[in-house]
Amino acid sequence: MTEAVLKVLSPGARSLIQDMGRPGFQRFGVSISGAMDTEALLLGNRLAGNNVDAAGIEVLLGNAEFEFSHQAIFAVTGGDLAPTLDGKPVPAWQSLTAFPGERLMFGMASEGVRAYLCVAGGIATEPVLGSRSTHAGSRLGGLRGRPLEAGDELALGLADPDGEAASGLRVPASLLPVHADEFTVRVVRGPQEDSFNEAGVRTFYGSTYTVTERSDRQGLRLDGPLIEARGGRHDIVSDAVVAGSIQVPGDAMPIILMADRQTTGGYAKIAVAASIDRPLLAQAAPGARVRFVQTTVKEAQLAATTRRKALTETPLELAGEARELRLKIEGQTYRLRTGLRDGDVESGAVAVRIDGREATLVRVRRV
Amino acid sequence: MGDSAITVEFGDSIDDAVNRRVFAFTDEVEHAAIAGITEFVPSYRSLLVQYDASAIGYEDLADRLLRLATSNHDYGKPGAQSRIILEIPVLYGGEFGPDLELVAKHAKLPMDEVIRIHSHQPYRVYMLGFSPGFPYLGGMDPRIACPRMKTPRTLVPAGSVGIAETQTGVYPNDSPGGWQLIGRTPVRLFNPLAEPPALARPGQFIQFIPVDKAGFQDIATAVDTGAYQPRVKEGAP
Repeated sequence: MTEAVLKVLSPGARSLIQDMGRPGFQRFGVSISGAMDTEALLLGNRLAGNNVDAAGIEVLLGNAEFEFSHQAIFAVTGGDLAPTLDGKPVPAWQSLTAFPGERLMFGMASEGVRAYLCVAGGIATEPVLGSRSTHAGSRLGGLRGRPLEAGDELALGLADPDGEAASGLRVPASLLPVHADEFTVRVVRGPQEDSFNEAGVRTFYGSTYTVTERSDRQGLRLDGPLIEARGGRHDIVSDAVVAGSIQVPGDAMPIILMADRQTTGGYAKIAVAASIDRPLLAQAAPGARVRFVQTTVKEAQLAATTRRKALTETPLELAGEARELRLKIEGQTYRLRTGLRDGDVESGAVAVRIDGREATLVRVRRV
Repeated sequence: MGDSAITVEFGDSIDDAVNRRVFAFTDEVEHAAIAGITEFVPSYRSLLVQYDASAIGYEDLADRLLRLATSNHDYGKPGAQSRIILEIPVLYGGEFGPDLELVAKHAKLPMDEVIRIHSHQPYRVYMLGFSPGFPYLGGMDPRIACPRMKTPRTLVPAGSVGIAETQTGVYPNDSPGGWQLIGRTPVRLFNPLAEPPALARPGQFIQFIPVDKAGFQDIATAVDTGAYQPRVKEGAP
């Protein structure tokens, strides 16, 4: 049997292998990188039965196509890029089974800008400095440090070591993000707020800023009313920055630093976006309108911790068309969770061939 | 600094004593092994401490850092440690240093003199940033200072040695950049497979050693085959 791979037929605008990033090496100038929308990757991995930090594919804006070499459980999360499997619409935030040769295609983005494709077992490229994340700027991670190209074949890891992955699961509605063209981001006061005069700070909190086309994985560049620094001095002696740092360079327009940011920056930081609202920023399309509201470190931490707990612990539910079957074989009960697609479906220890209303037992693995 | 990091500042200028304090403080906080801290990012004048808020509270951590920072240690004083000086061979000028002529013109000095001044003394590594392994070096002779390019290059080859104002540094990777390029080293300053991945560490020193084309080629070959060992010497504090 050949190795299970995911074949890239077309990378679209840009497709990147991403996991939860490469922390621990910032002191050597190494960017953390990782998925922009970490919540979407986390939930995608849960659906695919992976560890939450397994590597998936971040697809920007759509027009990308992938082919499965083997049967695999997968999920698409994040922005709505109109995914289809061999032409049939794929419900997002739900685990599904793909059969050998089937093609997953992303169309045009209608909501958000980044979708995540998570496949059971995860993308199994060689980790660099502890992570598979692609940092294209410094050519680290991913596949030889670069964005995916047509013809790439990505090895998949060993699917589902615990036998829990199943198609037909979905993320409960309570956990789903709401992507809007206009939204508010909570921020904590920045370390150089006092670099700005009162009018500058008032402008920042009182205005609506528009996400520009010049935004990327390094940062969202915003356009709106000018934020004046005291004496026009926007430069500082460089120091370390974090995800969500909002710096205001000499052109007096804010930049929100994102996943691929450099480790240090030389512009005054007026505020820092709260962790909980970063996934919203990750999905902001050019033209999206952002307002900032101040919060405290404590409130931001409480919100983040509560959200994290919900994301990791809320049970996934059975999708509407899916069912859970209990099979009793030789006195032992096996659980089979499955969608209703025809074909071989593997769930936990049980493999079943579904053909219309008939289900035939194919294989049982002792667990 | 947001909801998952604290920055401890020791000043707001590029200053040898301030930078020494930053690194001595970094050692001390690391040594204290405070549970919940996930990463340290020291820079010119401050230390960023990243932490997991579910393991340690903001106030608790801020309090402990403040106490460590204000306790009466003599760290950071010159003379505390001997200097580790890393020798970095550089082929100055020509195609590898396309801006040497411009820097010399700006300084109103002959190119040879610029090379002599640049390679005359060790430079302290103030911090790594911008790109993996990029050392920001301080203490360059202001006579050879030169403003950045007005329009940065889209591709600066790995190993390029540059000048920006009174700073000098080495681009460890191919990247865009706006510093004036005066030479190139065949030595790799960043290798993700090495432990640690950066050759030059903050607090250490770098001294540039002029080499000719043949010397550059020999070292480049040794680097490619993995046979190259950078020369390190220990200097007086």
